[in-house]
Amino acid sequence: MEDIIYKILGAILTIITAFVVGITYGGLTRKVIARVQNRVGPKFYQNFFDVLKLLSKRTAINHGVMQHFAPMFIFTSAVTVLMFIPILHDGLFFSNFSFHGDLIFLLYIMPFGPLGMALGAGQTGNPNSAIGVTRGLSQMVGFEIPFVLSLVALMVQFETTSVTEIVNIQVESGVWMIFSNPFAFLAALFAMFGMFRYAPFDIVGAPAELASGPASEFGGKYLAIMMSSSSIFTFAKLVLYVNLFFGGAENLVELLIKTFILYMVPVVYGLVSPRYRTEQSITYFWKWPLALGVIGMIWAII
Amino acid sequence: MNIVKDKKSQHIVDYIKEFARKNSLFVMAYGTGCGAIEIPPTMTSRYDAERFGIRGAATPRQADVLLITGYLAVKTLKRVIRVYEQMQDPKYIIAFGSCTINGGMYFDSYNTINALDRYVPVDVYINGCMPRPEAVIEGFVALQEKIQRGDADNGKKYQENIDWYRENQMKVIKNWNMPDYNW
Repeated sequence: MEDIIYKILGAILTIITAFVVGITYGGLTRKVIARVQNRVGPKFYQNFFDVLKLLSKRTAINHGVMQHFAPMFIFTSAVTVLMFIPILHDGLFFSNFSFHGDLIFLLYIMPFGPLGMALGAGQTGNPNSAIGVTRGLSQMVGFEIPFVLSLVALMVQFETTSVTEIVNIQVESGVWMIFSNPFAFLAALFAMFGMFRYAPFDIVGAPAELASGPASEFGGKYLAIMMSSSSIFTFAKLVLYVNLFFGGAENLVELLIKTFILYMVPVVYGLVSPRYRTEQSITYFWKWPLALGVIGMIWAII
Repeated sequence: MNIVKDKKSQHIVDYIKEFARKNSLFVMAYGTGCGAIEIPPTMTSRYDAERFGIRGAATPRQADVLLITGYLAVKTLKRVIRVYEQMQDPKYIIAFGSCTINGGMYFDSYNTINALDRYVPVDVYINGCMPRPEAVIEGFVALQEKIQRGDADNGKKYQENIDWYRENQMKVIKNWNMPDYNW
């Protein structure tokens, strides 16, 4: 009985933590971008105001049923992914619902949100949405392959499909996964560039080109839900990467430091990059990241 | 339910709402007039308007503020009305430059409108031909103060006086083939 109460409390606490941390990271990113462009930039808690304001707007857009469901799909998928990732190892509240085989489950559930979003954005009838959706799904085909290869390499190397066990192996042996399988890490890192959609892979939102892509017909509360769910999803993916490659985290401070450093990699790389075209982006993922993933696989087998 | 009906608690909710609205303005810049040249310096590093929570919005659906920069031909007025009606409540209009107030230097032109206020409700005017970025930021700050006071909800005004606005709009736009405004 106590076990269940801890699980429920932990789940609520995890969602709140993910929301706050994700939104703050978004604000810090805006601040970093502003400083690089020699501006003062907004306050780092600006994104909280944005979400609050969007929630307080009156929304009267109707394009059909799927348009109303799409933000729910993406929110559900973000929370589901978060629920199956252990945030801290051997914490009382933050181990969540991870089970044996959750790595495979995560591989299946992670594209669910973008697919739901594609359905909703497709129904709005805005040409920018349609172009954004096709680009996003093509890019997903690109970066999913090195991502899956690197995860499978980890599974083969340690003969486990559980995130918790991979963390435990790293903690016991004292060697992080970036050292015991560097090629898998590199493949996953390149896949992360595609996942976070900063430049040069920001072909989905594409500022000044596509008018924010799939989100272009969504305003008010829907945009708020999409913003908060993308923050939660960002946090979930960062925690997954820290768990898999950086030996997990003992406490929240360690987790925040590790995730923030990891998050700054695509942001800072994006600051100095122009935008790829769609086919350039896909061929990029199918060249070096794919090769690195295959090498990581061979490394794991040997 | 008591806490919702209680007037004081509603006041607190309104205060929080207006504080958030004030500090986060997504701007749809309708830059067909010559004043649009002042927008890039306002947004970039010299006068950085993002400090005040002002950022550009990509589409009318996401925007709060419609920034109309300068004179409007009859043809572009049609697009402005379309954009304004696509925006979601609460929505604000900042009219920029003398041309939106009284026609400015185009006051006797055959195809520009003179007073923007007759076609869409305007919250804040920024006068000058053309106003400098400081003036633009001052206009935004004036709008923020108006929002905090709680009397900037012009979407409602448009909704209530839609017949008068439609009459004026149809007077100048001869080929009226727009969809109905749905709230």
